[in-house]
Amino acid sequence: MKKLLITAAAAMLLGGLGVAVQAGPQEDLKEYRAFFTKKFPNVKMADFADGAYAIDEQLRANWLQIEEFPPYEPYIAEGEELFNKPFKNGKTYASCFPNKGIGIADRYPHWDKKKGQVVTLESAIQDCRKANGEEPLKGSSGPIASIEAYMAFTSRGKKTNVVVPMDDPKALEAYNKGKEFYFTRRGQLNFSCAHCHFGNSGMLLRTERLSPALGQTTHFPKYRSKWGAMGTLNRRFKGCNRQVRASPFKDQSEEYRNLEFFLTHMSNGIPLNGPGARK
Amino acid sequence: MRRVTRSLLLAVPPALLAGALFAAAPTALAADEAEVKKEGKEIAFNRRKGNCLACHAIDDGESPGTIGPPLFSMQQRFKSQADLRAQIWDATKRNPETTMPPFGRHGILSESDLDKVAAYIWSL
Repeated sequence: MKKLLITAAAAMLLGGLGVAVQAGPQEDLKEYRAFFTKKFPNVKMADFADGAYAIDEQLRANWLQIEEFPPYEPYIAEGEELFNKPFKNGKTYASCFPNKGIGIADRYPHWDKKKGQVVTLESAIQDCRKANGEEPLKGSSGPIASIEAYMAFTSRGKKTNVVVPMDDPKALEAYNKGKEFYFTRRGQLNFSCAHCHFGNSGMLLRTERLSPALGQTTHFPKYRSKWGAMGTLNRRFKGCNRQVRASPFKDQSEEYRNLEFFLTHMSNGIPLNGPGARK
Repeated sequence: MRRVTRSLLLAVPPALLAGALFAAAPTALAADEAEVKKEGKEIAFNRRKGNCLACHAIDDGESPGTIGPPLFSMQQRFKSQADLRAQIWDATKRNPETTMPPFGRHGILSESDLDKVAAYIWSL
């Protein structure tokens, strides 16, 4: 009987967390939204873009004060300069993107049928450099983060809109791989992403308020006080992996691109507000 | 055989058993026990070791998290210290979905550190 109860509880939890892989992206979206709106009934859907600052008044007050003189501003300026600086061949980043790269962050990440993979804003910037005979930018901070910060800034207010095309089974496969990554325990500490950002979101980890998964991608890249610098979503992924004592993956690895695909899709409809400032 | 041993042990009045154990050097043993608990507390509170405060409110520990239940009245919540130790060693056995890291199974703490932590937590 006891065993039965435990199994039932586990099944409920799994169901609640949407681990059932057969459910499609649309069903997932409905389920995750329902989960978080029930958990945080006073938070409007769009406000989930503010992460922990949407659910903790004191933190919000501190954050609003930081936003008076945003620490990410110099990086936007640097990013704009880098974005407009011609490559050796005379072209600029604008030549690689629709609308010359302005206000288009909502188109990423997206499924590229021809490439058969997820393209993120970060990987598109690198592809642009490659196409123009430039070396890739290194890491997940520095110039790459600044360029992204500028591009994100021009896209503020647009809504997250990740499409998983149903006419290409490989796209759904990539989404499901990202989802599996999200719900898989890893590292010596044995946490999945979901352990902190679903059921335990809103709880305190020592003094840290755990942010809900919903809306978590909207403010990237971000200036993080802990880093004292700007970083991309991949920088945060690597940090999370290290925190649970797992080996991080490489920047723009298939694992992280698929994870970004899944995680960003979850926030569909929530406005982009990057670059952001976080503790 | 195991059952026989247990019933034999049960037949001995606990006071007598304790008396026999402590008769040799009662103060030394009590001092040892206090030392073990003290070390257990240090390991439990250390961020690089147990880091139990990350999730649990414990005793006089500062800035505890709220992810796990506060730790008190442990002797009412667990059958024995061994049972509590087993929970710390691998909490996924009882609840596969638990957030709690498997401190023994994943070698986060050494077996002897686990003994000390279990002794401390059991005393709460």
